[in-house]
Amino acid sequence: MKALVFIVSRLYRDRSAFLGALIILALVVVALAAPLLVSHPDAAWAMNPQVRLRPPGGEFLFGTDRMGGDIYARVIYGARITLTIAVVAVGVSLLIGVPVGLVAGFYGHWLGEVLMRVSDIFLAVPQIVLAIAIALTLGPSIENVILALSLTYWPWFTRLVYAETQSLKNEVFIEAAMALGVPPWRIIVTHILPNVASPIIVRTSIGMGFTILTAAALGFLGLGAPPPAPEWGRMISESREHLPDAWWYALAPGLAIFLVVMGFNLLGDGLRDILDPRIRRAQHGRG
Amino acid sequence: MPLDERHAGDAAALLRVRGLARHFPIRNALGLRRGSVKALDDVSFDVRPGETLGVVGESGCGKSTLGKTLAGIHRPTAGSVLFEDAEIAPLQGAARRVVARRLQYVHQDPGASLDPRWTIRRSLHEPLIVHSGLSEAEREQRVRGILREVGLPPDRLDSYPHELSGGQQRRVGLARILTLQPRLVVLDEPTSGLDVSVQATVLKLFRSLQRQFNLTYIFISHDLAVVRMMCDRVAVMYLGRIVELGPTDAIFKDPRHPYTRSLLAAIPRIGGPRVTDGFVLEGEPPSPGKLPSGCRFRTRCPNAAPQCAEADPPGRTVAEGRVAACHFA
Amino acid sequence: MAAADILAVRDLAVAFASDAGLAQVLDRVNLTIRRGEVMGLVGESGCGKSTLARAVLGVLPENAARIGGGRVMFDGEDLLRIGPEEMSDRVRGRRITFIPQDPYGSFNPLFSVGDQVMEIMRWKSKRRPEGERGYPRARRAADRAEAIELLRQVQIPEPEAALSKLPHEFSGGQRQRLMIAMALLPQPDLIIADEPTTALDVTIQAQILRLLRKLVKGRGISVLFTTHDMGTAHEICDRITVLYAGQEMETAPVDAFFVRPAHQYTARLLDSLPNPDREIREIGGEIPRLIDPPQGCRFHPRCAAATDICRSQRPDERAVAAGHVVRCHHPHEGARHAA
Repeated sequence: MKALVFIVSRLYRDRSAFLGALIILALVVVALAAPLLVSHPDAAWAMNPQVRLRPPGGEFLFGTDRMGGDIYARVIYGARITLTIAVVAVGVSLLIGVPVGLVAGFYGHWLGEVLMRVSDIFLAVPQIVLAIAIALTLGPSIENVILALSLTYWPWFTRLVYAETQSLKNEVFIEAAMALGVPPWRIIVTHILPNVASPIIVRTSIGMGFTILTAAALGFLGLGAPPPAPEWGRMISESREHLPDAWWYALAPGLAIFLVVMGFNLLGDGLRDILDPRIRRAQHGRG
Repeated sequence: MPLDERHAGDAAALLRVRGLARHFPIRNALGLRRGSVKALDDVSFDVRPGETLGVVGESGCGKSTLGKTLAGIHRPTAGSVLFEDAEIAPLQGAARRVVARRLQYVHQDPGASLDPRWTIRRSLHEPLIVHSGLSEAEREQRVRGILREVGLPPDRLDSYPHELSGGQQRRVGLARILTLQPRLVVLDEPTSGLDVSVQATVLKLFRSLQRQFNLTYIFISHDLAVVRMMCDRVAVMYLGRIVELGPTDAIFKDPRHPYTRSLLAAIPRIGGPRVTDGFVLEGEPPSPGKLPSGCRFRTRCPNAAPQCAEADPPGRTVAEGRVAACHFA
Repeated sequence: MAAADILAVRDLAVAFASDAGLAQVLDRVNLTIRRGEVMGLVGESGCGKSTLARAVLGVLPENAARIGGGRVMFDGEDLLRIGPEEMSDRVRGRRITFIPQDPYGSFNPLFSVGDQVMEIMRWKSKRRPEGERGYPRARRAADRAEAIELLRQVQIPEPEAALSKLPHEFSGGQRQRLMIAMALLPQPDLIIADEPTTALDVTIQAQILRLLRKLVKGRGISVLFTTHDMGTAHEICDRITVLYAGQEMETAPVDAFFVRPAHQYTARLLDSLPNPDREIREIGGEIPRLIDPPQGCRFHPRCAAATDICRSQRPDERAVAAGHVVRCHHPHEGARHAA
C-alpha cells in the first residue's frame, strides 16, 4: 500500500509518465463506458450505405466509412477489442514467461538451459513474422490474434525474469535464506518474485503498447478480427482504397493507435525511473 | 589421507568431518569439462561442543568453501559430515533441513542477509515458519525474546533494514539465526572489511552470544590476530587442505608446519621491529587447478626436500592434540 | 614550510555536497611530509583520509567537493592556486604519482602492460623536454630500457616478456608490483598510495610492503600512505598522522605512535585492536555524521576525558616530544603496554 502511494505520488511529479497514465485511464474508461458514449448500441456495426464516406461533422463526429458505419462509434468500440487483446495476450505471456524465467534462472541446470533455448528460438524470429505465421495458419479471429501474440511475447518476460533472477540468486539475502533452510519454492515466491516485480511491471506496460501495435498490424494485414468487427488496424487497412479523398477514414483509428501506444510507452518509461532501485535508494539518502 | 585418522577423534564431538572434498569443474568455452579445482581436498577435523574452532588461510585456500559446504550451500563431492551423530553430507532439501536445523551459517555481513523489502518482523519469523510448527503468537514471543537478547528494542520489528544502522542490521541478522536455537554456528569472515573499533564491537557481540546461547563456533577468517583472540583451536588451510591443527596458544607459540610459520611471521607486531625487515615468504600460491606433485606447499617452502615432490605428507599427530601435514614437522 | 618538507597541508577544509546537506569531510587539517619519509595517514572509514589524498593529487570530484580554505604547499608552491591544466601537465603523474587500492580496475584490460607503461613514459618521462609533441625513437628506446629495469626491480619475472602481456595474465600481487613500477617511472618526489595492500593476502602484503619501502627509501622519494590497518602502517611508515571524522588528531614517529600515543582517540583505537590477552575493548559510541559534526574536538562525544573546552574549541597543535604533535586538550600520558 505504501509502495502504491509512493508510485502514484512520483507519477504525478513525472509529467510525461503522468500523461501516459491519463491516456491509459481514458482508454479504460472509454472501453468500459462505450455504450454510454455512442447514440445507439449498434452504431458500430450498422451498415447504412446511403451515408457512406461522409466527412466529419454534424451527425458523424469522425465521418463514416465505406459501409456508412459511424467511425466515432467504431473507434470507441474498437477500444474494447484493443484492450481485450492487449490484456489477455500480455496476461497469458506473463503467466507463461514469468514462471519459466523464475525456474530457469533459479535452478539454472539442464532444465533452465532447455527452457532458455526454447525461448531463444522464439526470440530469433521477429515477433510480427511469427505472429503472422500463426494467425495465417489458424485463420483470422480475435482469439487467434490473442493466441499468436501470447505465443510470441512470453519469451520477453522469460528473458527479463531469467536475468534478474540470476543476479538476485547471488545476493547475500538469497544465499542466506538457502543456508537457513528455506525451501526453494518459498525463496522464489517470497524473496525473488517481489524483487523482480518492478521490471516486470515496466515490461508489462511497454509490452501492452507493443502488443497493441502488433495487433493493429495483424488487423491491417487482414489477419485480425473478421469484418465487421471495429478493429483499428483493419479500419486503416480499409481506408487505403479511399485515400486521399476520404482523408478522415484513417485519421481517428490512426490517432487512437498512436495515442494508446504512446501512453503505454510513456508510462512504462516513467515506471522504469520510479521503480529503479538505484534511484529509490538515493531517495532514502543512502546512494 | 584423512587428517587425524590415527586417533579416532573425540567421542563427544559435536561435528565430525572426515575426508571432505568439494571439487568445482573447470569448463572450456564450449562448456565441456576440462578439469577440476580441488577447492576442498580430503579435509578431516572434529569440533567439540562449546569451543571456537578457527579456520585460517589465504584467499583460495578453501576456508570459505569449507564453511559453505558444511552449511549445505555447496554439496560435498566426497566425504562424511557427522553432526550430532547424524550423517548430513549426502542430505539435501527437506531431509537436510530437519537434521541440520541446529547447524547454521552466518555470512560475512549478517545485515546483508535481510531481504531489503521485508520488515524486520517478517525476516525474523521466516526461519520459524520454515522449521517449526509454532503458532504466530508463539513465534512472535520467541522473536521478541531473541531481539531483546541481542540488544534491540521491540519497536524495531516494523522497520525495514535500511532504516537501521549497520550495527543494528548485523544484530538482526544474528537474531534471525538464533531463533532456530542452533548449537553450531559457522561464522564466515565475520570481521572482513570492518574498521578496528567496529570489529571490537562485533567480536564482543559474538562472544556474549556464545555464552548466552551456549554456541559452538567455526570461525573462518584471514585475520590471524582476530583468530588468536577468539579461538580455542585453529586449523590452518593451504590450497584445499588442513596443513596444521591444534590449540591456538600452542600453534601461535610453536608452529610446526612451515606454512604456518611463514603466515605467523608475516603478521605485523605492533610496537616491535618491522617483521618485513626480516623473513618474508616469497612467491605466490599456485593455482588450485594446477597443484604441484607431492606436498602442495613445496613450491614456496623454505625447507623443501626431494621427498616433498614425491609424497603428499599425511596429517599426523605431532604432539598432544596437534596435527601437522609435513614430512619434517 | 621548512625546506626539509616536501608537502605541507595547512588548515585544509573540504566539504561535500549531498542530498542531506553539506558534509564537512575535512576540518582545518594540517599534515606535513618531510623529504624522503613515508607518512602514514590512518583512520577508520569516513575519516577523510582518501579525501585528503585526493585533494593533494588535485582529483576531488568537481561537482560535489567544495574547498573551504587552506593551502596544499608542495615543494614551495600552493597546489590549490595552480590551474587544473598545469596541475595535470606539470605535477600530477610526474612529480606526484599515485598507487591505487584496486590493482584490478586500474589497468585497461584491452591493452598490453607495455602499451600502458609506455603511454606514461611518453608524456611523463624525465627525458621529455618541455612541450615535446612526438615521441622520438631514441627517447622511446631509453624509456623502454628504463621501464624494463624497473620491472626487474619490482621483481616481475622476465620483464621484457611481461611488457607484451595483458593485465589479466598477472596475479593480484604482481599487478600491484606493476602499479608500483608505474608510480616510480616518472621519478616523482611524492607518491600517494591509497590503501594499496588492502586487497592482498597477508604474505603477499608483506612482500609488497617490503618492496615498496625498499624502493622509495633507495630513491629518497616521499610517500603518503593511507590505510585503515594499523599493522600495515606499522610496517611501512616513518611517521603516522591519525584522522578522526575529518580532523587530524595526532602525528607521531611510528614507535611513539604505537607505544606512547598522546591523543585519547589514538590510545582507545589501539586498545581496540585484537590482542593476545583476549580482552576486547570497545571505544563505545559511533562515528559522528559529518553533516552536523560535533563542535570543538569531534571525538569529544566518545571521549572519557572530555570537558567543556573540548565541546567548544578545537585543540591547537601541541608538541609532546620531538616530531610528536597532538591536538588534544587532555593528552594521554605514559606508555601503553605493547601488544
